[in-house]
Amino acid sequence: MNRINKKLQEEQKMLSIYFTAGYPEPEDTVPIIKDLEKNGVDFIEIGLPFSDPLADGPTIQESSTKALKSGMTTNKLFEQLKGIRNSVEIPLVIMGYFNPILQYGVEKFCKKCAETGIDGLIIPDLPVDVYNEEYKTIFEENGLQNIFLITPQTSEERIRFIDSVSNGFIYMVSTASVTGSTSGFSEETRDYFKRISAMKLQNPQIVGFGISDEEIFNQATEYAKGAIIGSAFIKHLNANGKKNIGDFVKSIRPV
Amino acid sequence: MSYQANEKGYYGDFGGAFIPEMLYPNVEELRSQYLEIMKEESFQKEFKDLLRDYVGRPTPLYYAKRFSEKYNTKIYLKREDLCHTGAHKVNNTVGQILMAKRLGKDRIIAETGAGQHGVATATVCALMGIECIVYMGEIDIERQAPNVARMKMLGAKVVPAKSGSRTLKDATNEAIRDWINNPLDTHYIIGSVVGPHPYPDMVARFQAVISEEIKVQLKEKENRENPDYVVACVGGGSNAAGIYYHYLDNPEVGIIAVEAAGKGIQSGESAATSALGKEGIIHGSKTLLMQTDDGQITEPYSISAGLDYPGVGPMHANLFRSGRGEFISITDKAAMDAGQELAKLEGIIPAIETSHALAIFEDRKFKKDDVIVINLSGRGDKDLSTYIDYFGL
Repeated sequence: MNRINKKLQEEQKMLSIYFTAGYPEPEDTVPIIKDLEKNGVDFIEIGLPFSDPLADGPTIQESSTKALKSGMTTNKLFEQLKGIRNSVEIPLVIMGYFNPILQYGVEKFCKKCAETGIDGLIIPDLPVDVYNEEYKTIFEENGLQNIFLITPQTSEERIRFIDSVSNGFIYMVSTASVTGSTSGFSEETRDYFKRISAMKLQNPQIVGFGISDEEIFNQATEYAKGAIIGSAFIKHLNANGKKNIGDFVKSIRPV
Repeated sequence: MSYQANEKGYYGDFGGAFIPEMLYPNVEELRSQYLEIMKEESFQKEFKDLLRDYVGRPTPLYYAKRFSEKYNTKIYLKREDLCHTGAHKVNNTVGQILMAKRLGKDRIIAETGAGQHGVATATVCALMGIECIVYMGEIDIERQAPNVARMKMLGAKVVPAKSGSRTLKDATNEAIRDWINNPLDTHYIIGSVVGPHPYPDMVARFQAVISEEIKVQLKEKENRENPDYVVACVGGGSNAAGIYYHYLDNPEVGIIAVEAAGKGIQSGESAATSALGKEGIIHGSKTLLMQTDDGQITEPYSISAGLDYPGVGPMHANLFRSGRGEFISITDKAAMDAGQELAKLEGIIPAIETSHALAIFEDRKFKKDDVIVINLSGRGDKDLSTYIDYFGL
């Protein structure tokens, strides 16, 4: 069974952290992963830096720009992650935009992920229909889950369709926004969480975008299986480097 | 074989809609309605009336006698520089503002490089009384000051894009982010034949008025509808799409696309996508794209803000790959000299974008009786400070 599915069977609400590979320092990728696992994070999204990340706000974009400037590449990420499965057990997901993956070669990229022990991919600008027609088989052959996004504007019909082609979880974007642009959920957003929860989808939902502290994490996971924190963690890294990661994790989900 | 977009928005291998789910509803709303709306009689009437009475169409097809004599061939200039606001961009913004109204949108966003599209968008928003926000790279804001002032005077808010190369590519990223953040009330008026389907096709259809008029005008002047060649500069490629449109599937008409070589194709400071680009995805479209081996988008360079873009529209990528279009790269220097030459020979100061297209004659020879139509896509007023600095005027 894929590590993501296995993890999702646990009872607790999932806390997932996003960070940009090669940030704040080029060799920080693996130490950060290990530290996050040690501090009880349930799974990790590793951001593959991209020059033009459309769905990200300034915090994540700046971290990508810096990582690229200090020499981060797709090859380098795979080199860094080599052997990661000897020491890290929690699910690892790569989040990246489609163009770098396309240039690497989708099949080669997927094979490399499988060799490395990556469990899934989140590619925001790879539409579900293109995935189904051109790439689904490659992902499946390499045991990779492709995680799709839904938003408050996604129609019920499309949500049902996305649910039918998903086999891990659905990434529920909390608000119509890029990453890191909101704090706290409106009544409207909570209604959206309730609406999706009432649809009884076959895949659990993990909420992302706009989650920065314990209170918002609890709101986000009231109706969903878990939540993903990205920009808030990057801000923590900006302020602390890779020190005090445990404190950050505890500030979201106290032990 | 057709060089138009198919129903999924592909030109051969290029096109499509590679967009985050956050944009799907916006793009799908437009995609499912744009052709029907454009077919409506009331839409066509309003569009054509505005093009005639507000934009000032048809624009003249001018036989450039002295310029033709110099290069020993027959050169016609399609005078899009005489459109209201000074460039062809307004054809598309008039069309899209009418589209936005029919979609019930009351907020407009746009990106701009040289500022021509920003001005054209601000203009139609003023005309319709709709809020307008224009994203523009910080560097372009500096080098296109008159257009920034015009946009402000027209009531638009100009927002500087401070990321990346701080030019058109980054302004486009910011505009897309704004659209993600405002999915319900906002229409994004893209200024070129780039972006996710249906934008390249929709913008090309609005700009197609250019080749439609040429057919009529050339019949009057040369007793033939088809020139031997149609020529245009290509950044994203909207003026080119407009002059090629009715000739795309007519192999008798040669298609010439002129790109900005900047300081030279191999100088590392260039925007010549057909020479330097590989297949990739930018701003929601699969096309030819200047990028690193690792798939990071390269920062382009051109003296012309309007050509300073690392990709081309998917229509043009297909014209290049299929061999239907002949692609020529022109350096900053050759373009500036051609702009100066046209001013002296014909009394027309062209936009620096257009000067690239005018510069092909030194190297590309034509027969004496060849009929060549060049899209004179915009006027050079906005570029005067660049011309002044360059020539020490």
